[in-house]
Amino acid sequence: MTPLSRRSLLRGALGAAAGLGLAGCSTPVISGLSTGHEKAGSLDYWNLFGGGDGVRMTQMLETFRAANPQISLSAVTLAWGNPYYTKLALATLGDKPPDIAISHLTRMKTLVASNLLEELQLADLARYGITPDKISGTAWQAGLVDGKAYAIPLDTHPFVMFYNTDICQKAGLLDTAGQLTPLDSPEKFTDAMHKAKAVTQAYGGVVSINGDTATPWRIFQSLYSQLGGETLADDGRKVILDDAKATPVLTFLQSITAGGLFPADIDYQSAIATFANGQAGFYFQGEWEISTFQTAKMPFSMTLFPNLYGGSKYAVQADSHTLVIPKQPNVDPARLDRSLLLIKSMLDQSKTWAEGGHVPTWLPFRDSAEYKTLTPQSNYAAAADGAVYDPPGWYSGSGSNFEIVTVLGGQQSPADALAQMRSQLTHLSTTASPI
Amino acid sequence: MSTTETPVRPRASAPAPQPKEKHPERHGLPAAGFLAPFLLLYLLFVLGPALYGLLMSFFDTSLVRPGLGSFAGLGNYAEALQSAAFWSSLWHTVWFTILTTPPLIVVALVLALLADRVKRGRWFFRLAFFAPYILPSAVVALIWIFIYTPGLGLLEIGLGKIGITSPNWLGDPNWAMPSLAITTLWWTLGFNFVLYLAGLQEIPRDLYEASAMDGATPWQQVRAITVPMLGRTTTLVAVLQVIASLKVFDQMYLMTQGGPNFGTRSILELVYDEGFTNFRTGYAAAVSMLFFIVVLAVSAVWFALVRRQEKEV
Repeated sequence: MTPLSRRSLLRGALGAAAGLGLAGCSTPVISGLSTGHEKAGSLDYWNLFGGGDGVRMTQMLETFRAANPQISLSAVTLAWGNPYYTKLALATLGDKPPDIAISHLTRMKTLVASNLLEELQLADLARYGITPDKISGTAWQAGLVDGKAYAIPLDTHPFVMFYNTDICQKAGLLDTAGQLTPLDSPEKFTDAMHKAKAVTQAYGGVVSINGDTATPWRIFQSLYSQLGGETLADDGRKVILDDAKATPVLTFLQSITAGGLFPADIDYQSAIATFANGQAGFYFQGEWEISTFQTAKMPFSMTLFPNLYGGSKYAVQADSHTLVIPKQPNVDPARLDRSLLLIKSMLDQSKTWAEGGHVPTWLPFRDSAEYKTLTPQSNYAAAADGAVYDPPGWYSGSGSNFEIVTVLGGQQSPADALAQMRSQLTHLSTTASPI
Repeated sequence: MSTTETPVRPRASAPAPQPKEKHPERHGLPAAGFLAPFLLLYLLFVLGPALYGLLMSFFDTSLVRPGLGSFAGLGNYAEALQSAAFWSSLWHTVWFTILTTPPLIVVALVLALLADRVKRGRWFFRLAFFAPYILPSAVVALIWIFIYTPGLGLLEIGLGKIGITSPNWLGDPNWAMPSLAITTLWWTLGFNFVLYLAGLQEIPRDLYEASAMDGATPWQQVRAITVPMLGRTTTLVAVLQVIASLKVFDQMYLMTQGGPNFGTRSILELVYDEGFTNFRTGYAAAVSMLFFIVVLAVSAVWFALVRRQEKEV
């Protein structure tokens, strides 16, 4: 082999580089780096749905694809929570936003304040038959920022109670019609857990605690709101945590784990397994876990999260999935039309979405007889009216640091947990808002 | 090990006087030409951003607002130094470094010694110990999340079979960091292993032969010849390892998301959280600068140690 001369080596290297550059244009990497959208008729859609929600969203997108073959839809599912919102914000800042994306209602407000979302014009929406009077009032009102619409709420997803009908039957907790007797005070609740525990020989109920920041917040916020407690005011610049209301809630929550009625040391997946295996009579989580237990083919039903403290005024932690249009680098009416078409298609498929447990906001479906016969999903439809959304603040919203800092460490006393919560929230509230 | 048929490898020969040395002054221009592409990229992607970061750290810069934002003076630094999150994250990074550095040096050395002594199939052991290093962090995270899963994981079932009750590896605040350290040990061991293997090849075989004739046992050879002769390799491995461990981010972000209850959030994850999730790039830059000072201090200590070692040699 003759030794390569420097000149021919350089020439070869240049040629190879040029070849790479040319070939590179067609690769996803390079096309992902170039700005602007490549294809006419394309629609990029981002969401954060996994599990049963992910399966249903895929079904709904297939329906959309079949009805609109001229649109090439590319749907991307990203990891739930902070990672999703971080990527959505960075992509939008980098002028490579998706055309349309899912956002939690509570996170949407931070995105609006950061100037990352397009305002939705009522006239545009009306062209697709989407008018405010067709969307559930609580969710629509909660989604407005300064009276302007930036998001179309697809659902309300409250924290609910799942119960094993066999265990509750044996424990004598069902009435003659097979309905769960209301657990509307801490005493009744504890009593029911004792009875269920006697049947399962393991636990009364179960809720995810370990490695999970959102679930402990959901159960705390539900009970704390029933007492009329609030956490933040003035767009998150003031902490109004009320010790007199938070202490009994924390003490109560700790008593159910300390007393062995609930496992104290369990993560999200194990909590599901405990309930699915019949080792606990009750399970508390957002209604989206319905698909998991349907797949497990176990005897269960769902109802409102118990009203332990609220009396006549019901309250429960909830959020909504909304569809938003991130700030676009250039105005393209055709692209907006494609996005609106997708929004309308999602709303029209509210039935599929509601089967996954979510309470629909699209009134043409929510008020239909079809929804009322959909059980157990319609059992807790009233939760949408008592929905308490996380308070506005730049550090607030589903999956954000606000939820994370309010974790109830099982190892902490209520007073310590409260002190930790207050000091971290105070720190966040006094920090200059970056948006 | 030291058999007579082993050819004595020539040591790296002392640099012979080279003819080009006659005209040192002519080196300037071509050298600069060859360095230029690197210097340009270094300026553009390392020095430039670093200086901009330093500037940003004195402002309330936001990711979602144009410009630097309002001048904050030393406010960001004061906030970081008073913040419990900063100190606990810094401690997590240091704790991780303490947990990973000694085993990554000792185990790599032991495995290199063993792999070097194997007579048949040496390539297999070299490959087996090095292979995990080429995996991307996401793959490593997936494998180990599976291994650590409570209830169903490989480790819990395996240990259960021999009657040991597993802790919740990633869910227990006391175990999460050691679990991440074990993962990292498995993952990055290969790099140090290869450095040690190379170091072993450099040790003159005649030392072993001579000591064998004087009746040294293999253990005495390891202690009195191999380990001291690997001194410089060990220094190199230790420096690289401390720096690599201080830079930890991927494993924690992917496997525990910094949890449980922030128990494994490293300082780099704090920077990421503040900068990209909370949009507070100014504050994140200040935290980076403080971390930079820590790394600088660690490097200075190592530099001093190496200087002393070089004088001794």
